[in-house]
Amino acid sequence: MKRSVNRVLAVSSGGGHWVELLRLRPAFEQQETIYVTVNETYQCDVAPSRFIVVRDATSWTPWAMLVLGLQMFSAVIRIRPSVVITTGAAPGLFGLVAGKLIGARTVWLDSIANVDELSRSGRLARRFADVWLTQWQHLASVGGPEYAGKVL
Amino acid sequence: MIFVTVGHQTPFDRLIETLDEWAARHSDQQLFAQIGDGEYQPVSMPYTRWLGAADFERKLRECEGVIAHAGTGTIIQVLELGKPLLVLPRQAALGETRNDHQVGTAEHFANESLVLRARTEHELPEMIDKLRTWKPARRASSIAEPQLLARISSVIAGR
Repeated sequence: MKRSVNRVLAVSSGGGHWVELLRLRPAFEQQETIYVTVNETYQCDVAPSRFIVVRDATSWTPWAMLVLGLQMFSAVIRIRPSVVITTGAAPGLFGLVAGKLIGARTVWLDSIANVDELSRSGRLARRFADVWLTQWQHLASVGGPEYAGKVL
Repeated sequence: MIFVTVGHQTPFDRLIETLDEWAARHSDQQLFAQIGDGEYQPVSMPYTRWLGAADFERKLRECEGVIAHAGTGTIIQVLELGKPLLVLPRQAALGETRNDHQVGTAEHFANESLVLRARTEHELPEMIDKLRTWKPARRASSIAEPQLLARISSVIAGR
């Protein structure tokens, strides 16, 4: 049976967000996947897949946040993915907003680091995520984030 | 060698300074630290500020154990290798992160016997002694839980 290949934009910031994203790879390895993250040295983890580096930004660095937002919108509009998936944080949030704008299916997976409450970016992602996931059963609720397992 | 890391983003001088003082008292022990853009510069242990992904992974493979902030990236990568890991969570009140999520992360993984945890820097020396003989309860696979992969696959397929 021939299956159609989807173009997947897989987005994360650095450190744990990237490590968590890598553990989802079996879900999109049959697809055309383009990775977007903040550190060029991460390319060795996903070569030969297409790989884009954007500016790292947090709420402590508003100027960098503006640059990042423009870079993410530009990447999404250029690539036109059918799915945007992210493990956070800021690059993923922009990725979901831009993804919704072009009609992509969007997935937010909140980091396993957020044991006690959803991250701030995770709460903001709610309106832009078709599938809004937490990795903690006790944070899931009807009308709230969904629990569908952990990266570990 | 014990590999010390503060992760990719913000400095963590409280960890580095405590371990440098420990290293001064234990000259027979070999440490190597990745300190980010911290102000404190170690004098009793070799260090670098940043490591690229490939060099970071090489250090993890070479070391006997790891001492780190309670970042999930570091925790997951060390668990994939099944090596002993001691974490000190960053605290928001000290300006080390924006919120106290690392305290929760450290507690969760410590309760599962997957990491050793020092609640404060004062607990580090005694926990370092434990680290030498300690092993995590299990070694992690390299991929997410099947249930989560299936959920994401179904979204990608448009089901």
